Amino acid sequence: MISAAQTGVPAPVLSVRGLTVSVRNGDGPALVRDLSFDLAPGETLAIAGESGSGKSLTSLAIMGLLPSALRSEGGQVRFDGRDLLTLPESALRDIRGGRIAMIFQEPMTSLNPVMTIGAQLVEALDAHETVSRSKARARALTALVAVRISQPERRMGQYPHELSGGMRQRVMIAMALLLRPAVLICDEPTTALDVTVQREVLDLLRDLQRETGTALILITHDMGVVAEMADRVLVMRAGQMVEQGHVRQIFSTPAADYTRELLAAVPRMGKGCGARPVPASAPVAVLRDVSVRFDIRSGLTRRVTHRVHAVESVSFQILPGETFALVGESGCGKSTIAKAMVGLVQHDGRIELAGRLRGSLDAQGRKALCRDVQMVFQDPMAALDPRMRVGDLVAEPLQIHAIGTPAERRARMFELFDLVGLPRDSAERYPHEFSGGQRQRICIARALALRPRLIICDESASALDVSVQARVLALLDELKRDLGIAYLFISHDMAVVENIADRVAVMYLGQVVEMGCRAQIFGNPQHPYTRRLIEAVPAPDPDHLRPAHLRPAGEVPSPIHPLGAGPVRMELRDIGGGHLVALPSSTMESAA
Amino acid sequence: MIRTADLSLLPRWSRRFGRRPMLAAGIAILTGFVVMALAAGLIAPHDPIYQDAAARLQPPSLAHPFGTDNFGRDVFSRVIWGARIDLQIAIIGVIFPFLIGTVVGTVAGFFGGWVDALFMRIIDVVLAFPFLVLMLSIITILGPGLSSFYIAMALVGWVSYARLIRAQILVLKTQDFAVAAASLGFSRLRIMFGHLLPNALAGSLVFIMSDAVLVLLNGAAISYLGLGVQPPVAEWGVMVAEAQGFITQAWWITLFPGLAIVALAFGFSLTGDALADLMGIRE
Amino acid sequence: MHRYRFVLFRPLQFLPVLFGISVITFVLVRLIPGDPARILLGTRATPAAIANIRAQYGLDDPIWVQYLYFIKNLLAGEMGRSTLYKIDVLRLIGTRIEPTLALVGMGVLLALIIALPCAALSARRQGRIADHAVRLASTAGIGFPSFWLGAMLILLFSVRLGWLPVSGYGQGFADKLVHLVLPGLTIALSLSAVLTRSLRAGMIAGLQSDIATAARARGLPESAVFWHHVVPNALLPTVNLLAVNIGWLIGGTVVVESVFALPGLGQLMVRGIFTRDYMVVQGVALTFACATVLINFLADIVTVALDPRVEL
Repeated sequence: MISAAQTGVPAPVLSVRGLTVSVRNGDGPALVRDLSFDLAPGETLAIAGESGSGKSLTSLAIMGLLPSALRSEGGQVRFDGRDLLTLPESALRDIRGGRIAMIFQEPMTSLNPVMTIGAQLVEALDAHETVSRSKARARALTALVAVRISQPERRMGQYPHELSGGMRQRVMIAMALLLRPAVLICDEPTTALDVTVQREVLDLLRDLQRETGTALILITHDMGVVAEMADRVLVMRAGQMVEQGHVRQIFSTPAADYTRELLAAVPRMGKGCGARPVPASAPVAVLRDVSVRFDIRSGLTRRVTHRVHAVESVSFQILPGETFALVGESGCGKSTIAKAMVGLVQHDGRIELAGRLRGSLDAQGRKALCRDVQMVFQDPMAALDPRMRVGDLVAEPLQIHAIGTPAERRARMFELFDLVGLPRDSAERYPHEFSGGQRQRICIARALALRPRLIICDESASALDVSVQARVLALLDELKRDLGIAYLFISHDMAVVENIADRVAVMYLGQVVEMGCRAQIFGNPQHPYTRRLIEAVPAPDPDHLRPAHLRPAGEVPSPIHPLGAGPVRMELRDIGGGHLVALPSSTMESAA
Repeated sequence: MIRTADLSLLPRWSRRFGRRPMLAAGIAILTGFVVMALAAGLIAPHDPIYQDAAARLQPPSLAHPFGTDNFGRDVFSRVIWGARIDLQIAIIGVIFPFLIGTVVGTVAGFFGGWVDALFMRIIDVVLAFPFLVLMLSIITILGPGLSSFYIAMALVGWVSYARLIRAQILVLKTQDFAVAAASLGFSRLRIMFGHLLPNALAGSLVFIMSDAVLVLLNGAAISYLGLGVQPPVAEWGVMVAEAQGFITQAWWITLFPGLAIVALAFGFSLTGDALADLMGIRE
Repeated sequence: MHRYRFVLFRPLQFLPVLFGISVITFVLVRLIPGDPARILLGTRATPAAIANIRAQYGLDDPIWVQYLYFIKNLLAGEMGRSTLYKIDVLRLIGTRIEPTLALVGMGVLLALIIALPCAALSARRQGRIADHAVRLASTAGIGFPSFWLGAMLILLFSVRLGWLPVSGYGQGFADKLVHLVLPGLTIALSLSAVLTRSLRAGMIAGLQSDIATAARARGLPESAVFWHHVVPNALLPTVNLLAVNIGWLIGGTVVVESVFALPGLGQLMVRGIFTRDYMVVQGVALTFACATVLINFLADIVTVALDPRVEL
């Protein structure tokens, strides 16, 4: 073995050799096979891969926290001159949290809901050091201050559910860094967060790492996050390492085909091609001053005291054959608009679809409308009745609308299967027998059955791995060109939107703050929120420079207002070429 | 052709059961009791109500495997004949509440509004009474007997099914596949009975099994109290009640009918648990 | 403390349920075939007493007026007279409520004492022998008829071993406690089977949850992970289950009191049914129903105390 002194390279703080994880008593293939890597002090190593690549299992194996059904079969995890895989549980406990800390994807499910934030911080400290109660509390408070949480004293006494998602993840980070560990493992630390919150958390992590010198293992599926954070990258697929190297080398000259494909599938900002000209014709959807509000009842008499202003006075139109994107973060009301358009929630204002006014229709008219407007959901598994064969699922709309003979319906069903690229012989199988991407194809085939003019895609590609996502997006684009359908594409992902949309509306707290064609929104963003949203997207390019500005996490503004009050209504002004930007105008009058 | 298809099914099923010992054991127990009930006349060595004054309170022996009771009746034969009554209690006592509750729960859950509110208030009131207390109150009016028990059961038992089905419909209603069905223009009836109910029923199948246990225990308890099946009919609860005065002298009269209840209930529980595992339902 | 504000207004929300309960108990007695006056007074009533009762209950008025009389009498603490014991039903219930309350308390206490360690043992050794044993016992335990289990416990502990009394309630605190052990155990064994299953499922889910993994990743010892992070979260659904099962539990006391000849409300009710003492049956049913409502209210308070997320 070559010593550090001889090479000039510092000795690794953590060194993994030949790590193999497999199912206990199982004869299947290993879930992680022969994985080796080193982690230098203070460096950030990103382990990147799609779902099922074994990246999360690797982190659990290092910590000795594999679920009981799995076990590490071979290899070594050397840390502090010891092999963690052979260490007894009691010695491992001292290392966990104290020397190697970890944060998880879902801060809500990782924090104990019935213990206060302060108690959980103190408990973590107590497990490793004997400190007095007041000292422990003081250190917990310091940690909360360090992660730049607003009102840290108050947070100590609060419960996890009282905090926003970004604050919870900050609490997790505070807890992890409390004992100044040598290694911090972050398992998809920002995947459950909105993109602007993700930006804040990533900036915070990088900042804290500089301050403390902790080495970071960052496990993620997001190549943008990798490019932004990592010094070195290890790409995994199906339990094995595909390649590892310096971040610039991986992004500029990837050695493995898989890495190349993965990087090619990543949607990039600024790479969207010019908008196709859309022939002028009557729009398929016109929304005018659409609002959706939900009542909140409370007290003894169940009186309406507050209202959720989920959608507030939104207007837009969609032309035939165009992709209109609604983009915004969770809770901005984009999905509620979709629900209002298909008549699943009550709305105020006008919604006109294919020339018919929703709300004025009788049952027959509503049914006819369903032919023209279809929907594709985020989770294809939930959108398919698990008890029906997929062929029947695709043909069912035809049957309901009494289109064709059974033989014709069957022929149409196969035609649809061909259209979305599913093998015909899979029609007899059930939804759970398909992969996520295939299921989404089934949903698309089902939506196409009635030859709609508009398809509403509600986060339809968000739950899929990037390579699958790219193929589904390509399919949608192809169908648009071949069949002339229009899409309302609802997404939180700015990069995806830039790649697929013709026109874009940005939503914030129930209102549209900016709307225009793709070039206007992404080339010349005017509203501060649009800019924040675009800047927040991690670019899959290690050389991309971005101004760092840290923002303390505070409470998120809420769309809930007391009865009679309402949000400040934004007014859209045309700044040229149909590019609309919101400016706050008069406060809304009482909404009685 | 059909024959080969049948044959190919057989090993597959046996393999499935082989991998699920709980389901196999549960169904085996239930099948055993059904056979016992149907063929009671063939299996039982003695007449269940024949009183042999010469053979009173005899401990278990070859002639009387479970001994004899204070009237000289063969406990073994009475336990076998009792399967008829107790199995009937468990089955009929479940079916009517299930049917009523499913319809009420589906309608309430799907339509919501005042229909739902009305049924939920009724359910709240029925549930405020301890189950057995309300059963006993109704039997007080109707008079003791098995038919009173069934009527009381139908009047009281439906609430749990209605609540269960309603809760499931409420969850299913908001799931994407129901929303998808609605957005495809399907009628409300089709969504309710074609998509929501079949999915909700899967869960209630498991509940039927655990409910059968409760119905069996309640039926036997009411008979034990003297308000259900009347002596001299061989029913397990009645047998335990009749044996109580002799517990110091003849433990076997009490032990065996009770064990029969435990075994039948165990069969239902095992089957229910195995079904829950099979369907991935968590408690 | 605004989370506890519901304690003030929740009782008002009970009014519809209490109204429903009163309607049902009223209707039940009116549905009994025969002259209501004789049902209220028994068959050997004097004509004077019958005239009296007709006036007091408004028996010559329309049915809804009779219901109002019933409510008026109830609010005045007037539940009628027992034809068997010749005293006020309310006073009768007062003398019989203690053994039933004690039995329920004993049953729940013993059930928790049995269920908690069993569930903990089973969940922490999932898939091992101890787990299989606990699962088997709890699956079988649900199907144990209480009247038979009671008899078997008497056979073992009273007849064979002679440790505990066969039946009755006894005099004085210690004696009563001794008399309650077997009846309490009878209830506890059935109840603990239900609780163990729920607790075990909750604990297993908790042990595999992100909360536990995150706590382990912080280096907490397994016992702290289990008792601080797993058990509190597993207890929440169990409190709910206990409240849901309270009606079932009270029903169980009716049977168990009969087995052990405990002079409680359940025994009173059963005897009332046999002796056509309808006012007693009505009174006990009403008491049991109100007790169930009250216990569910208490369970709500406990839930709010245990779970900071719950707002009522």
